[in-house]
Amino acid sequence: MYKVVEKRVLSENVAKLIIENKTIAKNRKPGQFVIIKMGETGERIPLTIADSDTEKGTITIIVQKVGTSSHKLFNLNAGDHISDLVGPLGQPTKVENIGTVIAAGGGVGVAPLYPIAKAFKEAGNKLITILAARTKDLIILENEMKEFADEFMIMTDDGSYGKKGLITAGIEDVIKREKVDMVICLGPAIMMKFIALLTKKYNIHTIASLNTIMVDGTGMCGACRVTVGGKTKFVCVDGPEFNAHEVDFDGMLKRLNAYKKEEETSYSKYLKDLK
Amino acid sequence: MSVDYEALKKDRAQEWRENLRKSMPAKERTQIERAKMPENEPLIRNKNFNEVNKGLLEKQAIIEAKRCLDCPTPTCISGCPVNIDIPGFIKQIEKGNFLESAKVLKDTNALPAVCGRVCPQENQCESKCIYNKMKKPSVAIGYLERFASDYERNTGKVSIPEVAKSNNIKVAVIGSGPSGLTFAEEMCKLGYKVTIFEALHKFGGVLVYGIPEFRLPKKIVRAEINSLEKMGVKFVKNFIVGRSAGLDELKDQGFQGFFIGSGAGLPRFMNIPGENLVNIYSSNEYLTRINLMKAYKFPEYDTPIIRAKRVAVIGGGNTAMDSVRTAKRLGAEHAIIIYRRSEEEMPARIEEVHHAKEEGIEFLILTNPVEYIGDTEDKVKQIKVQKMELGEPDESGRRRPKPIPGSEYTIDIDIVIVGIGTSPNPLIPQTIKGLDVTRWGTLVVNEETLQTSIPYIFAGGDIVRGGATVILAMGDGKKAAESAHKYFINK
Repeated sequence: MYKVVEKRVLSENVAKLIIENKTIAKNRKPGQFVIIKMGETGERIPLTIADSDTEKGTITIIVQKVGTSSHKLFNLNAGDHISDLVGPLGQPTKVENIGTVIAAGGGVGVAPLYPIAKAFKEAGNKLITILAARTKDLIILENEMKEFADEFMIMTDDGSYGKKGLITAGIEDVIKREKVDMVICLGPAIMMKFIALLTKKYNIHTIASLNTIMVDGTGMCGACRVTVGGKTKFVCVDGPEFNAHEVDFDGMLKRLNAYKKEEETSYSKYLKDLK
Repeated sequence: MSVDYEALKKDRAQEWRENLRKSMPAKERTQIERAKMPENEPLIRNKNFNEVNKGLLEKQAIIEAKRCLDCPTPTCISGCPVNIDIPGFIKQIEKGNFLESAKVLKDTNALPAVCGRVCPQENQCESKCIYNKMKKPSVAIGYLERFASDYERNTGKVSIPEVAKSNNIKVAVIGSGPSGLTFAEEMCKLGYKVTIFEALHKFGGVLVYGIPEFRLPKKIVRAEINSLEKMGVKFVKNFIVGRSAGLDELKDQGFQGFFIGSGAGLPRFMNIPGENLVNIYSSNEYLTRINLMKAYKFPEYDTPIIRAKRVAVIGGGNTAMDSVRTAKRLGAEHAIIIYRRSEEEMPARIEEVHHAKEEGIEFLILTNPVEYIGDTEDKVKQIKVQKMELGEPDESGRRRPKPIPGSEYTIDIDIVIVGIGTSPNPLIPQTIKGLDVTRWGTLVVNEETLQTSIPYIFAGGDIVRGGATVILAMGDGKKAAESAHKYFINK
């Protein structure tokens, strides 16, 4: 059992949880994720690690309630326990000093982007951070991300905060203005797809961190498979980061929706049971 | 491992064994017909997850035990990867000493209730039985093994193997599947302090995520794990050696020896067009969702599984049979095995193929998928297959399938499950530096000692073999324990 030591609600649907786990706190690296399962009937879901505190032996995750499992997690409070938590999983981010790096994060994807962006900055890169969301309330970790970025920009679809427009517009502005050596993006698959299309046009190396459906998360089931460069890759052990220009995002998007109907059934049952 | 025939001879010469042999002439024994396993009705059981085989009745078991001739040189033992004293346990059954029989089994086999259910006896012990020479069905060794161990468990009088005085040497086992459990038990008996690290949230490895309830009830695996706990083996779940903590960290905690039994890993696919369409599963995923995550109880359990009318399973091994029989139980009207060779070459246990047929599974043999076709939502809707014929034997001795040109046609399908095997789990080779790995991703070990390229690390099961059976994995665990013990003595 793993104790939730702190909970902060960041917006209507997004919460930050700090959970005790000494071994993960000590050994996790940027880009890695954990698998969480809540109780006997729970499913195993992957969540990327946003931060950790080695001294306190805790990790931070950020969760957005979108279905049964994420809602269960969102509803936890300080003092509650999580039955199963395993990690860190996946290949850590390959951090290098290559010049100018754009870190582009959408929605809750900003959470796992935080340690990655920080690592690129610490490696000596010029870091341009662009955060995007549908609307102002959905922007998370603004202050944290701003703290170490050389340049910082916010984009919202509805113009309620920062600049109005999609994240790709913000990225393109930067690319047109100065030489960018690498883009790292994290967020909804559809956002990463369009970032990849954009940067391919400009031939800028781009890394996307994929968040697919997983069951075991340890290289056994193949639920997370995705086509990269024409080959089948497994996000849990080969990834989660891949060359965005080679990822078949359309295929990935379809696979992400594989259980849409079942997810709706489960969620409406969960919400009914809550009442 | 070698069979200690001297010890066996001594046991065989005991008075009670001699008297038992004399109690019925061999000729009369050979006239007895092999026991029939009581089974649940095929068309009822294919709608539930209850165990198919019900186990022999006491009376049946005693009669079956009489068939065993208690041979002076029992060849059956050489067919067993862990060299169980087969006549020894069978004769105890004949005498009615069922608990003693279970004890004999446990002397050499950490998981008899499991082996009695899932071993391919027809290729192992039973294939070496003297009855084969008489052109008669062999003694039902597997049924009897299951009988004795079930009897013991059901009476609640489970004997815990004796454990030597602690030598205070800490060893770590990576993975709680059959090889790891066996290694742990053997080392524990020898006085080592054993900790098993498991990546998943339940212990048992393939015994809990892979093999379905209807073939191996999970309570049996739990019982075997409980008895290891009673012996003093420590179990740690949700822990990935190499990621949750590195080897050096574990060494700092005092672990001096390691056994890697991390098992099967990534599912293999055929690399044909459309294989990543929606509703195409690997057997591992399909079975894990159902067995480990209990998706068949969705939405009571949160993990979903797609149910559909037409399900095809690609492959002819035990995993493919488990998958197709599971699909039938989830309500498939047509649950079809598609296999590129003929039935004769199928690697599945004969009993599984037989049970599958009884349950209404359809077999499309000498047929191979070449492409999957999706609908507008990218859900698989058809398989393009091609017919095959058998050519010359290949390195496995089985006749090699060859495509028949121009024989392609399509089959309408809602779900495909690909069960053509796995590659070894990549996590350990990725995270432990200095381990030699073959080009297939399996660990390189000394065949005699199962020692890896790092002297204090031993390995066995699918991470070494690539894909094999529960009993071979257990044999590895046992062999590795013997050589790890030697390693520590000579250190």
